[in-house]
Amino acid sequence: MLKMEAAGKFYNHRQQIITALNDVTLDIPKGDFISIVGPSGSGKSTLLMTLGGMLSLSKGRVLLDGQSLYDLSPDKRARLRRKKIGFVFQTFNLVPYLTAAENVQIPLFLAGKDESAQKQRATDLLARVGLSDRLDHKPSELSVGQQQRVALARMLANNPPVVLADEPTGNLDPETSQQVIAFLDEINKEGRTVVMVTHDPQAALMAKRTLSLVDGRVFSDGHHHLATSDEAQTQKDWRQGLSG
Amino acid sequence: MRLRTLVWREIFERKNQLTTGFLAILLGITVIVSIKNITFYSEKAVMRELDALGANVLILPKSASVQDYYTADFNAEEIPEEYVMRLVMSDIQGLDNLSPKLSLPVKVRNQNVTLTGILPKDEFQAKAAWAGAGIFSRPQGCGVVVDIPGEAPPSPRETLVRNRVIETLASNEVLVGADAATSLGTKEGDKLNLLGEKFDVIAVLPQTGTVDDSRIFAHLHTVQELTGKGSVINAIEVVGCCSEISGGLVQKINRLLPDAKVVTITQIVNTQIRMNQMMSRLSLAFLLIIILVGGASIANYMYANVFERRREIGTLMALGAGSSLVLRIFMFKALLLGLAAGIGGYIVGTVLALTLGPRLAGVPVLPMPELVVWAIGISVALTLAASYLPARRAARLDPFTTLQEV
Ligand SMILES: Nc1ncnc2c1ncn2[C@@H]1O[C@H](COP(=O)(O)OP(=O)(O)O)[C@@H](O)[C@H]1O
Ligand SMILES: [Mg+2]
Repeated sequence: MLKMEAAGKFYNHRQQIITALNDVTLDIPKGDFISIVGPSGSGKSTLLMTLGGMLSLSKGRVLLDGQSLYDLSPDKRARLRRKKIGFVFQTFNLVPYLTAAENVQIPLFLAGKDESAQKQRATDLLARVGLSDRLDHKPSELSVGQQQRVALARMLANNPPVVLADEPTGNLDPETSQQVIAFLDEINKEGRTVVMVTHDPQAALMAKRTLSLVDGRVFSDGHHHLATSDEAQTQKDWRQGLSG
Repeated sequence: MRLRTLVWREIFERKNQLTTGFLAILLGITVIVSIKNITFYSEKAVMRELDALGANVLILPKSASVQDYYTADFNAEEIPEEYVMRLVMSDIQGLDNLSPKLSLPVKVRNQNVTLTGILPKDEFQAKAAWAGAGIFSRPQGCGVVVDIPGEAPPSPRETLVRNRVIETLASNEVLVGADAATSLGTKEGDKLNLLGEKFDVIAVLPQTGTVDDSRIFAHLHTVQELTGKGSVINAIEVVGCCSEISGGLVQKINRLLPDAKVVTITQIVNTQIRMNQMMSRLSLAFLLIIILVGGASIANYMYANVFERRREIGTLMALGAGSSLVLRIFMFKALLLGLAAGIGGYIVGTVLALTLGPRLAGVPVLPMPELVVWAIGISVALTLAASYLPARRAARLDPFTTLQEV
């Protein structure tokens, strides 16, 4: 469903060309769960954002359901993001002056839903992430873990088939990290395609496969083999984290 | 959630940063509205006064201003009544009517009113006849006061109001202005106690919309006697022939009465026109200042606002907002600011005009609803224009870059 063909991305930084993506080709089928790991500056965010139609490529194409993203006009691309892609960020990016419920309503407002439908859906989604009693709280009145759950609810608002998460647990303590990863696993099981950038090797193991990026190149693309019992045990622990 | 909710919330979240730009525009609109409002009514009042005056030349004490004359400011010095006779006896041509006046503040039935002494026409005629010369023996026809044959002689009311002269007035009779009559509760035929004497109210004058409405008119000599002022007056209103006025009437009177000040209505009108021109230039200058200062501070605020909100803008774009929506968010905010500053400026400006107008310009001022259209128009046009470039910058932000910054 999501394809990247011979993608390159170059930044021009003070007369110096920085290669953030170097000839990356990916095929992400529907329902896949990919984790992307790699050192800082290796191009992980760039890869994720170009996949999400937020950053045009210098070379190559991104195809979402056969549609080449960067051949669309910016407004058409925005509409496509609204319908098909949910983003989760390391810093949550909640709108500070809006309540939890209103933050969740933003994508619904952008999709032109009427106000009562927006409210109903926001209430349901916040209930799903366990924040029924925090609807009218502003982000500053929530813990970081709760803020990320609001962001997760917002990401799901328009029921996107693709979810792109850039270090979603980077600002969270281990326990809330587990909850977030569990949630991503859960929505992957609903059939959504999930691509997650992470620094946490154990979180990466939750995905169906892991891509390693080094200097803008995809270093390995292997299915998890669960070779050692250690890794299998870790994965089991994580899964228990979700239910608990 | 609607566009409105989004914009509203943000404004109230960060209202402090908005204060300067908003106040600059509000203040500008306030000043323009109050200047326009006051000038409109002072112009109207002066025109009405001039129209009601009937006279076209005023003879005043040297130190008195025309303003003193209108507002009956009694601090000004006086001129001797003898000047009237000098004029009557002179060979100056083109003096149709003379109306000497002495105005004083008095307390009647615990009310402050202005008592104005006037000289009825029959006394002039007597004096003129006695003196063997005078203005009334000369051919008439160029001034205002012409008796039309066959017409019933006008009532004392109308002649005083229109022509500033009254045929007869006994020493114990008074005429009462419309407003004074209301506040004193008197009517025609009543008795009125003034400075210890009893007077008959022979007429209540019709409403004129001028200072005369709040005055009581009595015989000049009675007023002089009761106040112990002696034979003095504040002003002589003259109806002069227009052709004579342009032919040097003022200079001739000046030469005859070197210690008095002679002004013509044309001069007054010119002064008023100059005053109005100055005021409209002043409000134009203010308009330019608010466009520059207000516009610059709104633009500055908007740029800062866009910069501060770039991550939020990037987030909205990630969530699927197109650039036109981002543009609309900022332009809608500008519209709200413009509306608020326009309406607020109109209200404050009107309140200011209503309270300061009577004190500064000595005229009653009423609200002018048509100014609200101008106030809002100017203010909204200004905030929209000042916000357009910042809003466009917001709409063109690169979402990835805004989200990458930590
Ligand atoms: N706007 C930009 N201008 C110039 N260089 C950039 C820009 N954004 C990212 N880069 C560079 O591109 C490389 C990849 O960045 P990024 O995708 O953010 O890496 P990661 O998310 O893996 O840390 C880095 O070397 C970074 O310095
Ligand atoms: Mg990154």
